[in-house]
Amino acid sequence: MTRWGLGRGGGFFLVLVALPLFGLQHWVVNLLVFVLMYATMSSAWNLVGGFAGYPSLGHAAFFGIGAYTMALMFHGDVLGSGYEPFIMLPVIALVAAAIGVPIALVSMRTRADVFAIVTITFLFMVQTLAFNLRSLTGGSQGISLPIPPFDAATFERPFYYVLVLLLAVAMLLTFGALHSKVGLALVAVRADEDKARGVGVRVTGVKVLAFSVSVGLTAMVGAVWSYYESFIYPQFAVDPLITIAVVLMTFLGGRATLWGPVLGAFILEAGQQTLAYRLGGSQFYLIAYALVFLVIMLVLPRGILPTLEDRLRMRRRAREVDGAQTPAVELLASDEDKVALPHGGRP
Amino acid sequence: MHALVQGVILGVLTGGVYALMASGQTLIFGIMKVVNLAQGAMVILGAYLAYQLFVSFGIDPFLAIPITTLIMFAVGVAVQLLFLRPLRREDRSELSLLVTFAVALLLEGFMSITWNTSYRSINTGYENASWTVFGYQITQVRLWAFLLSLAALGLLFLLLNRTRFGRAVRATVQNPDSARLLGVESDRVAALGFGLGAATAAAAGSVYGLLYPFNSGSHYDLISRLLSIVVLGGLGSVGGAVVAAVIVSTSSAIVASTVSPSWSEMTFFVILMLVLLVRPQGLFGTVGRGAL
Repeated sequence: MTRWGLGRGGGFFLVLVALPLFGLQHWVVNLLVFVLMYATMSSAWNLVGGFAGYPSLGHAAFFGIGAYTMALMFHGDVLGSGYEPFIMLPVIALVAAAIGVPIALVSMRTRADVFAIVTITFLFMVQTLAFNLRSLTGGSQGISLPIPPFDAATFERPFYYVLVLLLAVAMLLTFGALHSKVGLALVAVRADEDKARGVGVRVTGVKVLAFSVSVGLTAMVGAVWSYYESFIYPQFAVDPLITIAVVLMTFLGGRATLWGPVLGAFILEAGQQTLAYRLGGSQFYLIAYALVFLVIMLVLPRGILPTLEDRLRMRRRAREVDGAQTPAVELLASDEDKVALPHGGRP
Repeated sequence: MHALVQGVILGVLTGGVYALMASGQTLIFGIMKVVNLAQGAMVILGAYLAYQLFVSFGIDPFLAIPITTLIMFAVGVAVQLLFLRPLRREDRSELSLLVTFAVALLLEGFMSITWNTSYRSINTGYENASWTVFGYQITQVRLWAFLLSLAALGLLFLLLNRTRFGRAVRATVQNPDSARLLGVESDRVAALGFGLGAATAAAAGSVYGLLYPFNSGSHYDLISRLLSIVVLGGLGSVGGAVVAAVIVSTSSAIVASTVSPSWSEMTFFVILMLVLLVRPQGLFGTVGRGAL
């Protein structure tokens, strides 16, 4: 399983690295850049929302914080153009984490729904600040960043590869969460926080760690985005739709899985770009998006991967039982298996 | 000093309207443990309905309230039946956040197609009339809005405390399982309760449309205020929501009039964080279950 998983991961990233070398058209690479952005952010959100079960609705605020930090670093002459901004990404992650820690400390004292409320309120507050602090952010006029001095023919490539790297980091962290004590602690928090605390899990530390790592990654994506766009406005940098897209992708693919958020991002972002293109700037786009969301929530509340996995497991079990001619006594002994059988046992 | 007192007057009057919006939201939470992120969008839809009735038929927004509340009641019941009831019980509270967010987007999309995205306001001709008392300005329409909100809250109070349905609602809030055991049809209570929450949004929406210009995106401004209010009051506590609405709206009006309007939005968040630090369950909330 691990070797197969390693091969799958290696193969996926090999394809990602090789893709732009095949002379893809600009709009395709541009689409991939956005897909990678959302895949990274969904994987990051998954650490908090999926594993720990704290549905943050404020991640878009940290995306915006990353974007504006990048812009302000340029304006404060901390940064030169070229590749330098990419090297500063970890600093931006630290800034976002520093803002995220107190918020997590306070809001995670309560239940998941209050946490969601605090984070969404934080999102709107950051948006208001981005509009109002004109001297810093330029208000609704927006703020400009230097245009990256990359060759026009391969303009997207540096951004693309940085995002591939960020996605790799996010997925490695998720892999770590799946195979480590920290991850186990997060799952315990989701299952029953009080019991987890009772058996000695350091609940608060684990939650805050997951949140700050998650928002740090999100802020780095925001920073790359702002450099890529070279001009940012409050309504796009701090956009509730970013939050909702990230959450939706994670839910579609499957919460608390390694590949779920990535799969969700590849399906939805590609679909979203098509929808936005087909329906233009019109508001039918918003309605279509909301409907897709509602249908996913109602039809696939657990996401694609967990549902598929269950189906596969059931089929495998059924086959094993049929092939081995298991004695009836053994069948009766394993209650769990009996429940999982699709036909309720052999005829 | 003058600015301060003026801020208090404005804050208290506006607080009444927020109390009305928030009471519906906290009621919905109390009954179903659903944080309704679409409450703001429902308020704006109520405002658009009042606007349309005024423009097409010349019905005064205050008089339009019975009509808009009925329509929004139906919308609320429909949302509950279509989108919230099918959710499985075990993950309802987490998923309902996302579902109501999607409903908010759906309503926003619908409103921007029907009325496009330019700002609308309801120009009744009396919206600028005001009295001057001891040098302080009291806008008449704000006073009427305040009184109307009080009346609506009074009706809500009577409904909850003097009727069979109200008793069923309160029982469900206090202990859903026992309520069900004792014969309360929780599904019906949930649907009607959501409708009731939407109806308060409609009543508040009419008034909101009179006080402020609005467009389809305005619900984003409302939602964070409403959420801070319901958390401050204690999720599920209607009385708490009313008190919290006045506190939050007064303090943000004071900040707006003494410091600067840009920072008044911050007030909501700062108050919210402080409350969570000191008393995570809110002013009138209980740790386990909400109280009405």
